[in-house]
Amino acid sequence: MTIFHFFLWSLLKTAVITVVLLMAVAYTVLLERKLVGRIQNRWGPSRVGPFGLLQPLVDGAKSFLKEDIIPTGVYKPLYLLAPILSLGCALISIAVVPFGEPDVGPAGVHLFEISDVNVGLLVILGVTSIGVYGIALAGWSSNNKYSLLGSLRSSAQLISYELALGLSLVGVVLRTGSLNLRVIVEHQAVHGLFSWNIFGGFQFVAFFIYLTAAYAETNRSPFDLPEAESELTGGYHTEYSSMKFAMFFMSEYANMITVGCVATLLFLGGWTSPFGDTIDRPANLFVHALLPIFWFVAKVFCFLFLYVWVRGTLPRFRYDQLMSFGWKYLMPLAILNIIATSLWLAYYPPAQ
Amino acid sequence: MPRARWVTIGRDFHEVRAACFTFLPFNRPGFRPSPARDGTMHLILFIVFAGCCLAGAINLLVQSHPINSALSLIVVMTSLAVLYLLLGAEFLAAAQIIVYAGAIMVLFTFVVMLLNAGREEHTLGSRAASAVGFPAVVAILAVIATVILKAQGLGEASLSDPITTTDELSKVLFRDLLLPFELTSVLILIAILGAVALARHGDGERPAAK
Amino acid sequence: MIPLSWYLLLSAALFSLGVIGFLIKRNLITVFMSIELMLNGVNLSFVTFAHQWHTVKGQIFVFFVMMVAAAEAAVGLAIIIAVFRARATLAVDRIDLMKL
Repeated sequence: MTIFHFFLWSLLKTAVITVVLLMAVAYTVLLERKLVGRIQNRWGPSRVGPFGLLQPLVDGAKSFLKEDIIPTGVYKPLYLLAPILSLGCALISIAVVPFGEPDVGPAGVHLFEISDVNVGLLVILGVTSIGVYGIALAGWSSNNKYSLLGSLRSSAQLISYELALGLSLVGVVLRTGSLNLRVIVEHQAVHGLFSWNIFGGFQFVAFFIYLTAAYAETNRSPFDLPEAESELTGGYHTEYSSMKFAMFFMSEYANMITVGCVATLLFLGGWTSPFGDTIDRPANLFVHALLPIFWFVAKVFCFLFLYVWVRGTLPRFRYDQLMSFGWKYLMPLAILNIIATSLWLAYYPPAQ
Repeated sequence: MPRARWVTIGRDFHEVRAACFTFLPFNRPGFRPSPARDGTMHLILFIVFAGCCLAGAINLLVQSHPINSALSLIVVMTSLAVLYLLLGAEFLAAAQIIVYAGAIMVLFTFVVMLLNAGREEHTLGSRAASAVGFPAVVAILAVIATVILKAQGLGEASLSDPITTTDELSKVLFRDLLLPFELTSVLILIAILGAVALARHGDGERPAAK
Repeated sequence: MIPLSWYLLLSAALFSLGVIGFLIKRNLITVFMSIELMLNGVNLSFVTFAHQWHTVKGQIFVFFVMMVAAAEAAVGLAIIIAVFRARATLAVDRIDLMKL
């Protein structure tokens, strides 16, 4: 396969996956609003389409048509760059996430991932690190005390919990022996439900550390102090309106989806079925190819459900409680998890 | 490790898939770019990202506001990460993004934002330094460039060279170079303690004059 | 096929630009950033030579350089903050006396 065909296929995959991801972001907003509404004993949006299913389209149109206000004292280049950086970094991580099995499609083309990188996990961590700039620059360039404070708090929170996030993933990498996301999933494909890393791999502590760190990384409840309206009048996105605000909003939900994808790949077995060996897969071409994607999407959906459930249920942390929790509890716990996993692997080495 | 039965795709499925996709034109097995095109792509990638590096570095010198210099330095570091990838160091490229561009430069950006450092001024000292500094550095660069261009035995890089895996890197790091690794971790601990101690408001320190 | 001397020339150029920045810039933080630029230039030449001699130790040394740069950045920025608290300025020309 020549380079031209490689580029063509990559472009096609990128276009399709980006469109699907943006639609997923829009419908995650709807999921959240309906679910939080149900938790609070009311209907969510239910007027616009059947069950409110056309609400995201209307929301998008509303955001687009709002007046775009740029305050006078802002530092224009960074003010305009920040939402682009935020949304860009949120969307780029999907490039290394494999959704389905490798050998489906024309020869030489992996149809269900955009690129198969040997250090895929580190790419996702790196892109998350760059995403901090979107928030930091947004707050500083807004020429507003509250925005600056909110963005500094938010960035400090993000870089603190990034550490716990990365360390919690090291346990999985130790068990698998590779940073390649595809290899990590195939390592879990052995016995269905019981060989997923959260159960058979004994990484349940790491999973909960990852979950908590993920809530903090995406600035979601119960860690959403920087953007709580009653606290800092909106935090780093106070001075943004219409499409730029929509970009920050979308980047938050896209980050949620990315974090959900990573959790699915590393802890919940990716595209493998929980039934494993026991149920035969049908030989029909399309069902065979699309069934792993169905499992992947179902697991990410469960993860997002958990996200919204926690948001609707728990009160938020105070900022100093948040920072001390990240540094004094989560990080040592993650390091203990690494030590325990290493000891286990040293005494009971996996049969090669 | 044993692969589950359902993961290995059945014979029927392969036959059906082959039948479905044979009509497509690009069905040649395997993906290995031809050597001629390999070199062109490598050249284009090198020129683009080396250009970004140089542009970022020059922009760092030209800009008067420190936040612009910080952002140019981030551009330099990400372009360098791509250049490391071209040389086959994939783990190092990822580490460059995570550590340098994602942590160290965030620190710089925070300090610039917190201290609200304004634009620079051109003083007598800076003019004198430019007058002396530019020729001196150009001379240094000329000497180094001559040495590099006269050197014999420097090889070539190409995209088909073997990539250094994380496996090889960790084998050397945790076996042969274990002592420097442990010393580096102690160094980082000392740096953390030092930074916290320095940035604290001491007991006898005057508050800054506004 | 890129000759490795091009990578080394780029590394030398980055290093010299870092030295020029160190000499001519008048803001303390920008001077510090020029030092980081110099370190990055040197990292590139380490990786190039690691590729030349097919050894991994060049890349591991880059690792150590990164760690030392991180430690140095943390402590250096803490010092800059302390200096700013005492002098209320970041201009290099005004922070030239030990005593106020």
